[in-house]
Order: sequence, then structure tokens, then C-alpha cells
Amino acid sequence: MQILKILFKNAFRHKLRTGLTILSITIALLAFGLLRTVINAWYAGVEASSAYRLVTRNAVSIIFPLPLSYRDRIRQVDGVSEVSWGNWFGGIYIDEKNFFANFAVDARTYFDLYREYVIPDNQKEAFFRDRKGFVAGRKLAERFGWKIGDTVVLRGTIYPGSWEFVMRGIYRGREPNADETVFMFHWDYLNESLKKTAPTRADQVGFYMIGIKDPERAVSVASNIDGLFKNSFAETITETEKAFTLGFVAMSDTIITAIELVSFVVIIIILAVVANTVAMSVRERTNEYAVFKTLGFGGWRIAGLILGESIVITMMGCAVGIAATFPAATAFAAAMGAYFPVFKVEPATIWLDIVFSLSVGILAAIIPVYRTLKVKIADGLRMIE
Amino acid sequence: MDAGTIVSINKLYKSYHRGDQTIPVLNDISFDIAAGEFLALMGPSGSGKSTLLNLIAGIDKPDSGSIMIGDVDVTTLSETELAKWRALNVGFIFQFYNLIPVLTAFENVELPLILSPLSRAERKAHVEIALRAVGLADRMDHYPGQLSGGQEQRVAIARAIVTDPTILVADEPTGDLDRISAEEIMDLMDRLNEESKKTIIMVTHDPRAAKKAHVIRHLDKGILTNADSQNTL
Repeated sequence: MQILKILFKNAFRHKLRTGLTILSITIALLAFGLLRTVINAWYAGVEASSAYRLVTRNAVSIIFPLPLSYRDRIRQVDGVSEVSWGNWFGGIYIDEKNFFANFAVDARTYFDLYREYVIPDNQKEAFFRDRKGFVAGRKLAERFGWKIGDTVVLRGTIYPGSWEFVMRGIYRGREPNADETVFMFHWDYLNESLKKTAPTRADQVGFYMIGIKDPERAVSVASNIDGLFKNSFAETITETEKAFTLGFVAMSDTIITAIELVSFVVIIIILAVVANTVAMSVRERTNEYAVFKTLGFGGWRIAGLILGESIVITMMGCAVGIAATFPAATAFAAAMGAYFPVFKVEPATIWLDIVFSLSVGILAAIIPVYRTLKVKIADGLRMIE
Repeated sequence: MDAGTIVSINKLYKSYHRGDQTIPVLNDISFDIAAGEFLALMGPSGSGKSTLLNLIAGIDKPDSGSIMIGDVDVTTLSETELAKWRALNVGFIFQFYNLIPVLTAFENVELPLILSPLSRAERKAHVEIALRAVGLADRMDHYPGQLSGGQEQRVAIARAIVTDPTILVADEPTGDLDRISAEEIMDLMDRLNEESKKTIIMVTHDPRAAKKAHVIRHLDKGILTNADSQNTL
């Protein structure tokens, strides 16, 4: 017979109590895993950003445009390899609840710059040829069941009207953290329409995406670009793509901090639950631990028995919790649609689950171990369950 | 310590403290127990006999005095040393059997051997011998809840003898049993003493149980009053 067998037998002596404790740990770790994944999803764009790209926007705010004429001047800056541009379109597909990101982009330069978006050559060429064409990420196309050749109408909010597009391609991410939920169409289509309907808004760019040759020169290149437009009517701010994306994340900083706090509070609550279960179990068995001591089991062995039982319970809850996190995350991602384009349970989250479970198992056993070791054998033997 | 003496107790004092009060339990106890002796400690409740047994067994510490078991003064051992010493030298039999309810009879008897360097096969052999010795070879896979009181106590005796300890200590081993079961247990202990030459120190209230002992010592208010041979009962 091995000590491990005793641990398991002791852990499941009160099946209902242990079962409920394991269930509590499972739910807590599920909540923890999902909350951590939500936080990671928030930062997914940051993770996916490239060190070889800069973003230039209006220095006042991103909602103010920049002239298209900046394009050629930016191209001439030393260290710049490619310049693309785009506008946030903000169109609505049928209903506002069908939210997804949609951009007007300069197609050719955009796909040269964003090589992590993989699109078959024939689809790419078809998109380039069709001024009203659009491409969508794989997840977005799957979400709405769009197929090549389908006509999709977006209702413009920033650019009023009904905008008709024909699907010409579906892109996939080269890496798992690539956003596959974006809708992209030709900036020229938007611009030419604006020339007819709102000429003052034409030839205006929401942001420039700039490829650079050497990431180590990013700061000086950005500074040189901004220097070009200093004291102009539309000054610019140029930053790395990572900093640009982090700026968006920072807008939700309070929410993220709150989620982070809640995720840790969940762990503290579960520590109290497990500590209670272990304390009750050990207290009921004071007499048995006295017998173990009598038989020659030393302090370390007694501590090992209690600690082991606590860890067995928490790690079982941990295992079930981790197993449940994956399908729950998939369901959560499906329910949240495009709000979290990349919603993936990271290995770091699983490691945190394991580390916290182990810590809870150990911490929950400390007081019961101390109390048990403090009880004199003769006193322990007198205690009746 | 005389040759042939296995336990030698000298000027033993023990008291308990309750708040500011000191309650003397054992007062100047000195006596020897010969190897292979079957000793019964008798006396009224609160006379200190269980305390004396606990001190001999190394599960409690005296205020002063010495207890030599073989060549070892157990009063000088640390808690860790005592735990190791108990595992090798003392077999315990309790009034309420104190078996672990989630372990089978086999597993209960195997418990003290977990601490030994014996292999799994060797442990199995030892456990089977011990359970056969108490007549429970056919109940190895039974849990304590599936055994009668007498059978439980026999499992407890098997657990006590499985390590082949120097002494067996028994605290009211028949106290929770009916008359027939109590007789069976006392016969078993008598047999262990006779055949295996085990030194047995037993606390009991039961004169019938004490009859099996070679020597009966009486305690009253912590003082050893006399030592009788069993025929004085």
C-alpha cells in the first residue's frame, strides 16, 4: 500500500463534500481561465503587431484625417520601405449587433505590408481588379456564411449611405494570433464616391501604415516623419504599430484592471473554500492522525498526508477546470463574435491555473498541518469523531 | 538494569497543568518489567495507569525520572527520535481499536511497515503472517466497518505485532467488547505472550482480563501500591 493510496482514500472519504469542493475549484479556475483569456484577447492586437511597421495619425486625434498628399512625402523619408493608408469605415451589416471592423485600404500596398494575411493569388487579383470588391477574414466569412461572389451591403455611419460590395477573397492568418475578422475594401472606391457626394471629405486619410527597413531605427524614422509636418495644419504623430495598438488597449485600462483583480479574487475565494474543507476533514480525523503518530509517523509524514490530500483535491479541480476552459472559451468566443477576434487560451493561462492550484493546495493545508502537529498524541487519541 | 529486564522505570513523576493548577498524576513510580512478562496495570479511573502506559510507550513525556526500554532512556529522546523508536519497538492496542476506516484489514496492518525499508512483497508476507496469527487470514480485504468488534481488535493486534516490536502496550483492550469477544482477545494476547514471548503491558479495569497477566500492579492516585502475582486476585 502506498501513501498516495491513503491520500486518495482520505480525499474521497466524504464524497459529497470533496465533490462540491472540486466543483468549486473547477468553476473558479474556469472563471479565472476565461477572465485571463479575455485580458489576453485585449492584448492580442499588440502581440500580433510588427516591429517593421509604424502608424502615422493626426496629432490631435485619430478621428481627424490627414491629407493624402502626405503619402508621397512620407515615402521619401530615409528608412521607409512602404507606405499604405486607410480609413476606418464603421459600416454596419444589417444590424448593429453584427459588429466587425471594416476598413477602406489601399489594397496593393496594404497586402504588401501585411504579409501575415494570406490570400490566394487568384482571389487577390480578383480583388485588385474589382473596385467594389472586398476581402474578409476567414472567421468573419464563416460567421455570416459569405462566399466568393456574394454581394454584401454595409450601411455607412461615418460615410452615410448604402455601400454595396462584392466578396472577392478570404484571407487567413499566417500566425494563430492574426485577426481573421476584418473586412477590407478599396480606399479608391470610398474616395471616388466621396468626391461625388462630399468633396470636402475626399483625399483624406485616416491613418498611414508605414513599412520600415530597420526596426532599430523606428524612433528616428517616426521622428523624421513627424518633423515633416510640424507646424502644418495637420500635424502628425507617428509611433510603432505596437504603441499605436497599445494606445487603443489603454482606453480600456480600467476595465482590464478590474477584470484582472476579479480573476485574482476568484483564487482567494477558492483558497478559503479549500482551506475550510481541509480544516474540517483534518479536524474530524485528529484521532486518526494521533494513531499515525503512535505508529511512528513523524511530523513530516503527517504534514505530507494532510498537504497531499489538499493538493489531490485542488489538482483534481484544476484538471477538470483546465479541461473545461477550452470548450468554454470556444463557446465564449462564438458568443462574443468579432469583439474578440483572437480568443485563445494561452499556455501561460494554463500554467497560472496549475501554479495557483498548487499554491491554494499548499496554503489551505498550512493551518490544519500546524494544528495537527501541535496536538499531543495522548490528547489526540482521546478525541472521538 | 538487571539482565532479563526489558523495562526499568525509575523515580517517575508526571503532572498535568490546568490554568494555574498543577494536578499530580504519577508520583515517584519505580519498577521493572522482565522480558517476556505479561503485566496488568489496574486501578480506579484517574489513577494514572493510562498515563503511565503512555509514558512507557513513548507517546508522552514525564516531568522527571527515567524509563529505560532495553538500552534506551526514552525520556531523553526528541519527538522525531521517539517516532522512529516507537515504530521499531512498540506495538499499540487501543480500547477502540483505532483502525483507519478507509483502509482494509490488510492495509491497516501494513501501515506500520510503510515506515520500514521492506519491499512490497516482504510487507505482504509480514502482513499475511500477522493476520494469520490472529485468525483473520480470510478477512484481509474487509474494511473495519465490515468486521465485528472482536475482529477489529484482532486486526489491531495484528497491526501491533506486525513489526515484531520489543513491547506490546494495550490500553483497555477488552473495554469495548462483549464477554465472549473479550475472552477471545485475552486468549490471543496470552498466546502471543506464551508462544512469541512478547512483553505485554496492559491497562485494564477488567479483573477477568487481568487474570491472564503474570503480574498485576495497582495504581491509586498516582502511587504504585503493590505488585501482585495473578493468584492474589
